[in-house]
Amino acid sequence: MRSLALQAQPLIDWAWISANLSDEIWPAVVGHIFLCSLSIGIALVISLPVGVLVARYRKAYAPVVFFTGFLFSIPSLAFFAILVAVPAIGIGFRAVIIALVAYSLLVLIRNVVTGIDSVPPETIDAARGMGLTPSQILFRVELPLALPVIVAGIRIAVVTVIGIATIGAYIDGGGIGELIFNGISRGFFTQVIVGAVLATALAVIADLLLLAMERYLRPWARAGRA
Amino acid sequence: MGDVFQVFLRDDFLTLLRQHIVLSVAAVVIAVAVAVPVALAVRNTRVGAIIAINIGNLGRAIPSLALLAIALPFLGFGFWPALVALTLTAIPPILINASTALRQVDRQVLDAARGMGLSEGQILGQVQLPIAAPVIFAGIRTSAVQVVANATLATFIGGGALGELIVLGFQSANLSVQIGGALAVAALAITTEVLFGSIERTFTPKGLQIAQKRRGK
Repeated sequence: MRSLALQAQPLIDWAWISANLSDEIWPAVVGHIFLCSLSIGIALVISLPVGVLVARYRKAYAPVVFFTGFLFSIPSLAFFAILVAVPAIGIGFRAVIIALVAYSLLVLIRNVVTGIDSVPPETIDAARGMGLTPSQILFRVELPLALPVIVAGIRIAVVTVIGIATIGAYIDGGGIGELIFNGISRGFFTQVIVGAVLATALAVIADLLLLAMERYLRPWARAGRA
Repeated sequence: MGDVFQVFLRDDFLTLLRQHIVLSVAAVVIAVAVAVPVALAVRNTRVGAIIAINIGNLGRAIPSLALLAIALPFLGFGFWPALVALTLTAIPPILINASTALRQVDRQVLDAARGMGLSEGQILGQVQLPIAAPVIFAGIRTSAVQVVANATLATFIGGGALGELIVLGFQSANLSVQIGGALAVAALAITTEVLFGSIERTFTPKGLQIAQKRRGK
């Protein structure tokens, strides 16, 4: 049956694309962006305070990296399969969000700590000498100087999450992966190709945008190159 | 929960495990055979290295499911399409690390080697490669861990491997097969990570190990 379906069809059926643009393709893209933004947002709310704390209390750094690294190394389909088996989570949106947040933590926390570490001690001494309180030093000196490294972490996390979210469609999380999985199960190439191309385009565009932002936040690097 | 471990006793478990390992090993070996020579070829040209690194970065951004899915219309279902797609996901980390590492060997070290009368081939074999080896190997490690994870998705285009158990569990609403399959995949991924972590140390030359210790790493 499968081989029959695979035989006679054009690679791309443009009529299907234009007929389904507004009620299937576009909502999948919007859903994907929503899924990824929400996950990165939640992951940042967790990672920023944890990263700042861990940068101060160094003893906690190794266990935090070990735990988030462990989460990161679980293959996504396996992670989804375990999460949906938890009665309180179940199949759908919630399981995907939890997994995407879990995958972002390692990169985000590590880059917050690396960013804070990269602030020269003389700069902090100068801030202290000017009479800034520890919290003023954190918010006005350390975090702004750490920002390019933090954004570099966000860039890696966003690209990772956009990729893994496509697999989330298998457990009904929605998004672009739905086009891919529906296309495969129907043996309909156009849908598969549209899904794969859109997922790739979204990841590459997000990667380039965040790279541009990273460069913009590093004016000293731009000056150095000129 | 005891049923979960029944998965390991299934008749098809060893076959699926073997498919998973064969797919992963083949993908990584081919990726090394492609990426390392390219990195070597561009090691002395700035533009070449920049192009190689940017292609790597672009490739790294492509979702693995998208690569597997796009293989289907062109190559069909089965082992070979899955292997081609997995190999493509395996190349970027190795290409990025190898190109970067070979470029970053200190100019002064190279000048010293040249001053000692070493030929370009000797410089590559005795200076550049040993210094770059740990970073190149770190790229292979990242790639291998990713490929073992991505091989789980091969089942969606008929490539077999352990992902098949997870899908089977979902389709037949059999929770213990679903979780057992997931645990097997997770265990394989973590084993790969640990295994490569321990090999990585042996790839670091003694001189660099001493230098790392001095720096307190």
